[in-house]
Amino acid sequence: MNSHGSAGASPAATVSARVPSVWPNRYDAAVVLLVMAVLVAAAVGSHELDRPLAELRLTPVRLDPSGLPNYALLTILRMFAAMFASLVFTLVVATLAAKSRRAELLIIPALDILQSVPVLGFLSFTVVVFMRLFPGNQLGAEMAAIFAIFTSQAWNMAFSFYQSLKTVPRDLADAAAQFRLSGWQRFWRLEAPYAMPGLVWNAMMSMSGGWFFVVASEAISVGNTTIALPGIGSYLALAIERRDLTAVGWSVFAMAIVILLYDQLVFRPIVAWADKFRMEQTAAQARPQSWLYDMFRRTRAVHRLVASLGGWLELAWRSVARPASSKAPIALSLPAGKAVDLAWLALVVTSAAWSAWTIYAYLQRTLGLADFAEAAIDGAITLVRVGVLIAFASLVWVPIGVWIGLNPRLTQRVQPLAQFLAAFPANVLFPVAVMAIASRGLDPNIWLSPLMVLGTQWYILFNVIAGASAFPTDLREAARLAGVRGWQWWIKVILPGIFPYYVTGALTASGGSWNAAIVAEVVSWGSTRLEAKGLGSYIANATSAGDHPRVVLGIAVMALYVITINRLLWRRLYAYADRHLRLN
Amino acid sequence: MDAAIQTAEGSPLVSVEAVDHFYRKGSAPNVVVLQDVNLTLGDHEVVALLGRSGSGKSTLLRIISGLMPASKGLVEINGQAVNGPAKGVAMVFQSFALFPWLTVLQNVELGLEAQGMAPAERRKRALAAVDLIGLDGFESAYPKEISGGMQQRVGLARALVVQPQILLMDEPFSALDVLTAETLRTDLLDLWCEGRMPIRAILMVTHNIEEAVLMCDRILVFSSNPGRVIAEVKVELPRPRNRQDPEFRALVDDIYGRMTSKVAGTLAQSKDGLFPGMGIGMILPRVSTNTLAGLIESLAGHPFDGRADLPLLAERAHMEADELFQAAETLQLMRFAELAEGDLKLTVDGQRFADLGIDDRKAMFRHHLVTFVPLAAHIKLVLDERPSHKAPLLRFRDELEDHMSEDAAETTIRNVINWARYGEVFAYNEASGLISLENPA
Repeated sequence: MNSHGSAGASPAATVSARVPSVWPNRYDAAVVLLVMAVLVAAAVGSHELDRPLAELRLTPVRLDPSGLPNYALLTILRMFAAMFASLVFTLVVATLAAKSRRAELLIIPALDILQSVPVLGFLSFTVVVFMRLFPGNQLGAEMAAIFAIFTSQAWNMAFSFYQSLKTVPRDLADAAAQFRLSGWQRFWRLEAPYAMPGLVWNAMMSMSGGWFFVVASEAISVGNTTIALPGIGSYLALAIERRDLTAVGWSVFAMAIVILLYDQLVFRPIVAWADKFRMEQTAAQARPQSWLYDMFRRTRAVHRLVASLGGWLELAWRSVARPASSKAPIALSLPAGKAVDLAWLALVVTSAAWSAWTIYAYLQRTLGLADFAEAAIDGAITLVRVGVLIAFASLVWVPIGVWIGLNPRLTQRVQPLAQFLAAFPANVLFPVAVMAIASRGLDPNIWLSPLMVLGTQWYILFNVIAGASAFPTDLREAARLAGVRGWQWWIKVILPGIFPYYVTGALTASGGSWNAAIVAEVVSWGSTRLEAKGLGSYIANATSAGDHPRVVLGIAVMALYVITINRLLWRRLYAYADRHLRLN
Repeated sequence: MDAAIQTAEGSPLVSVEAVDHFYRKGSAPNVVVLQDVNLTLGDHEVVALLGRSGSGKSTLLRIISGLMPASKGLVEINGQAVNGPAKGVAMVFQSFALFPWLTVLQNVELGLEAQGMAPAERRKRALAAVDLIGLDGFESAYPKEISGGMQQRVGLARALVVQPQILLMDEPFSALDVLTAETLRTDLLDLWCEGRMPIRAILMVTHNIEEAVLMCDRILVFSSNPGRVIAEVKVELPRPRNRQDPEFRALVDDIYGRMTSKVAGTLAQSKDGLFPGMGIGMILPRVSTNTLAGLIESLAGHPFDGRADLPLLAERAHMEADELFQAAETLQLMRFAELAEGDLKLTVDGQRFADLGIDDRKAMFRHHLVTFVPLAAHIKLVLDERPSHKAPLLRFRDELEDHMSEDAAETTIRNVINWARYGEVFAYNEASGLISLENPA
């Protein structure tokens, strides 16, 4: 669901967009069932949840600000652990999908659907699964939190990598084959570098989105048990519970520092470094900048150290990797033939059928038709909320983004700020909003809604800025000479020009908002509790009541809504933009 | 054809025997790319595969290099059957195929790295190759920082550094501007003549007739559809060769003639037979209506007055031989001109076309298009028969794919649409994907 760049495009490096057909195929159907069955299995398992969790003794979180640096560090460590896991997952799974046709048929629809499953929804199940793996141990809860962040990152990173592997330029592939690079050499010399800009951009955007999930997943309540892992998220949760406004302020401050450091020390240097892997044979117009990366490139000593380290690595490498065999293995050698294909298909169909039966049996035992209807209606309410808010955010941010983007000096200053705001976890700011709404007695059904786009609207802003600043000067001048002004200028000139960028931003914002609904439709401040009717509060309430069948139902309905909207709206817009409105 | 070739020194380095290449397209008959190709490459020879684009010569080069298998036939290098990229063979690519994330030196080292050579030795050899090919000072640059000519030098150095016996070059100079290409050719020929490269033979693909005559000892002329060797020309001019030399010019003229003689041969039977495929299954080349009109005007005007020698026309019109052939054949298909013995001659209709104004030209073009281009006539008929006078483009493209590859079908249908738009026969709406009789008013 967290679909940053899931359409395969980033504002700076436009990775070729896969424009698949809108309608599901049989593999889509099979995969939906499989994913749901896994959820059901986790839900069934979590009936035995309460006991082991109660035994878990965690060091209690304290509200003393002097503990915050330590909490921040732990939060950061969780982020990097999740990023590492996502990278490993990406390299293995995406490569498998790109090299094996049969694996591809299952992996690609699976990634597509997993992208649409709300990460926060199934947190309560994953906690159970990991607690089972590490009984009575904090590690289980840690793994669950890391897994939640992982699920918000891995799918779209794998997607991006897979797409790159599938579009390696033929002449480079030929050259690699001609010089008889081994499969291993080919991967590291050709495929991985080629995929690098897209992968890095997606990874960094995912990581920006990940701060939201790390905050949400550190303090998990399942039934009447609460697990609070030491970190900024649980510090904040405690501050909310105790109505300690100063502590909330401290956590906002700590989070801002963390995001700033992440932005300056990780995001920018890595994106600037990845720029050298871009395929364009001419120098790009606006290269990503990073003072840290520039400094590193200028310092001779560090540079040499890294270079000699690279030399040692290569020596070690050569002793492991054998020189090229007579034939470069280009594809994984899997048994070929129709019989295997049939067996594979049979396996997929059987497991899909089994999944369907499991899901049916489970839901039918506890839920009636009325429950489905309720979830569907709540989903429709949330859908309206997301739609209205995205439209509203677009009305505000598109003109502002265009204005900023067309002004290079302003762009330089505002663009980093927009990226910073997109990475900043909006849930840290929720208590402030709750206080305001509660003290004035406003209707939560309306006034809680803006929280859903609080963090995600920035994706619209910075994509529009990127689009406007990439708009060709000669087109602008031609429009000016032709005397195009006012409405005509917006509709005929600039809006079509930024449209592909806008779609990317709005798609990301919309996906993020659905996810945010789970934490934004029910918020509390001490004992004050505000609730807006919708699918997000449906899932949140079911989770805190420990009502697993309804959690599964809520997740499934939300995933279906997101998939449907993606296919009916965003992908079509994307395909249209790709075909008609690309300026390069 | 090649039975006559004798290689002076023993067995050939490369031998290609009875190679066919085709691909299957659903239930439709196979699309034949290469048919019964035989050739040999002897020691110390530079040989050109000369042909039009789409004649399968690049496919043949890829088959020889082991990048793809032939559908039928045998390819041997040093007496060993080729399956997979062969040792002792290196290739230079039209697009250079440099890795943008590797420096010049790292690109050159790539082949050595694949052989598992130690870094120190690798570096020494790469530097020597860089030196030989005139790239000193560029070692640490990235490809995107240097010019096209320099990039292709990197491509050459990368190929030479692995000390191949055979150098394969796929249109190595065609992506470069005229002056740069000439410098590179001369430099390469100098290295070759002075024996400073480790290679024993060069096989190059080109569509540039002069380039082939300038560089090669032997030229194999390819016909299109299917690709076959239709002539072998030995070039025995002493090196270095001079383009202005009358003998050089005569040879170029002769090859122009041979490349059109097949056209002239089929002319007697049918003027439609120029392009592969019959009827609506004819693969049409991408030629703009501006080029067609421009060519008619050049032909009608001074100094040609309705009849032109092809090499001269190519020079005047600043066109590559290949482009010129495609445009000339399109004119012939539409009966605006005729090809004969290396000349292009306007027909009466062509002459009239040249004298008309814009609207009358369009009317005349429309008439010729639906009369002589079967696909255009077919589409118009379908549109006429339908009550809505509309049909999806996909319908025709799928129909074409029964006769040709997907790419060829796409090019062909797009091209007919462009011609029809100029002639105002039918219109196409990109957003809806519909072809219609109406003109968007």
